[in-house]
Amino acid sequence: MGRRRSAADSGFKYLTVGLASSVLVIALIYFYELYTGSLPTLRTGLAFVFGSTWDPVNSHFGVFPMLYGSLLTSAIALVIGVPISLGVAIFLSELSPGRLRSPISFVVEMLAAVPSVIYGLWGLFILAPILRADVYPYLEEYLGFLPIFQGTIYGVSILTAGIILAIMIIPIIASISRDALLAVPDSQREAALALGATKSEAIRMSVLSYARSGIVASIFLGFGRAFGETMAVVMLIGNTPVVSASLFSPGYSLASLIANEYTEATTAVYTSALIEAGLVLLLVSFLANVVARLMISRLIRSREAASYL
Amino acid sequence: MKTRRRLVNRIFLSLCVVALLAAVVPLVSIIVDVASKGIGAMNLDFFTQLPPLACTQPPCPEGGLGNAIQGTVYVVALSSLIGLPIGLFSGVYVSEYGRASRFGYLMRFLGDVLAGIPSIVTGVLIYTIIVLTTDSFSIIAGAVALGTMMIPIMSNTTAEALKAVPNSIREASLALGTRKWRTSLLVIANAKKSIATGSLLAVARITGETAPLILTMGISVLWFGGFTVPVASLTYFIYYFATSPFQNWQNLAWGAALFLMVIVLGINMGVRLVTRGKRVYA
Repeated sequence: MGRRRSAADSGFKYLTVGLASSVLVIALIYFYELYTGSLPTLRTGLAFVFGSTWDPVNSHFGVFPMLYGSLLTSAIALVIGVPISLGVAIFLSELSPGRLRSPISFVVEMLAAVPSVIYGLWGLFILAPILRADVYPYLEEYLGFLPIFQGTIYGVSILTAGIILAIMIIPIIASISRDALLAVPDSQREAALALGATKSEAIRMSVLSYARSGIVASIFLGFGRAFGETMAVVMLIGNTPVVSASLFSPGYSLASLIANEYTEATTAVYTSALIEAGLVLLLVSFLANVVARLMISRLIRSREAASYL
Repeated sequence: MKTRRRLVNRIFLSLCVVALLAAVVPLVSIIVDVASKGIGAMNLDFFTQLPPLACTQPPCPEGGLGNAIQGTVYVVALSSLIGLPIGLFSGVYVSEYGRASRFGYLMRFLGDVLAGIPSIVTGVLIYTIIVLTTDSFSIIAGAVALGTMMIPIMSNTTAEALKAVPNSIREASLALGTRKWRTSLLVIANAKKSIATGSLLAVARITGETAPLILTMGISVLWFGGFTVPVASLTYFIYYFATSPFQNWQNLAWGAALFLMVIVLGINMGVRLVTRGKRVYA
């Protein structure tokens, strides 16, 4: 009897261990499969990453314009999205009356729940026409001395894709920053206020600096999300492999390259090029997430340690 | 000096409110626009008919997306069969067995990291493993892709739900001589509500996925035709129709977006209402 019971015990344990390992197995398969799948183009080395000619017909596969587009749209998303997200997070943790807190958190969560293809649809038919008619002309008129705001205005462009990404990364940055701010002990605020600081001074001097690593982690997560976002970007970026200084110009991104061209990839090299684009996406987003999670888990551990004191 | 500081204070606090508006306005606009543009496509045909041909001159056939609804339901159900159980047991390990071990920590950590991997990468992975080897898009490939995405999400949700179960329950059960595995089942039973809501959120999340499906399941204008042929899905049709120049297709894209949004946001809102005040993980 005793033996049978303990057999069930270890059986259950091994079942859970085995299924938990699936997470590790999946992670390994990602790297292995994408690495072997992209070997034909990996052999061309840096020409793939830094080549700027994308000409599948003649087997020229340089993804620099796509890499540029992915990085630039993500950068725009962060420049616009981070201040907004921090504003939301500060409002939620420092300013909001208790009654407003849960409805606002609710809105932020709903923003995260909207499927990305719906962001794309809305961006294409609602946001892009508004930007083209009512926003971009003014940018060109008043800030046109900057090369980034010059040139022909299209509705679908690097900037439009960056703006939709900014909206999409608000929930992740805002919610994790809010958690980081809420974890700041009240003594930090009280100390600053007692010294005669105004509310905004207290927030900037003693609250934000205390929550800094959590905020930085949330920005890394936001970047990872923006860098790999596919549907909204493929519908709004214009899918043209060019490198232009103007943000009004159409562009391309690694993710939208894959989504847009996988059906055309009839040769082994072409397929391999798309898989390598996936490998680059995997590496960058994996790294961004590892850094962010390490920062967050260190935070949690130091907080648990502090709670014992 | 004093007035300057007060002014800076005012400006800073107002900017926070402005930021809040900047976050709320797009959501309201998305909901209002999708509802107003999609409501026109909502009729019985939308749920029962096949997609219409492209149409340049009115009168245009309206058609529907019955096959896409069917395909989405099938693929979400299949992927849940893969993702939910594996994720659940993986979460049980992380919370009940691996809490003090390095391996458990690593699995939890990897789960968080994998949840942040772009979905298109999962699409590429399953494309190379299944689609290229079988030489066909299929609902199997689609379900494996979505299921793969579900595992880390479900594992993390379950682990958090189980960790919230008070230790006194584990101790009481073990003190009565109950075996560890029965104790684990007891802990699962205690967290069943959070596990159920977490599963629902994972399903909602998967239902709105597009990028992995276009690389694995393909698209079809026919009803579900088996496990080894391309199958239609709502999300792929939204993308396909929205980027087409045809008015009747674009109308259906809005209709599909409305239907999808009602389901996905509906599940999310329902879960928040049920778990009001409590922390929900997913």
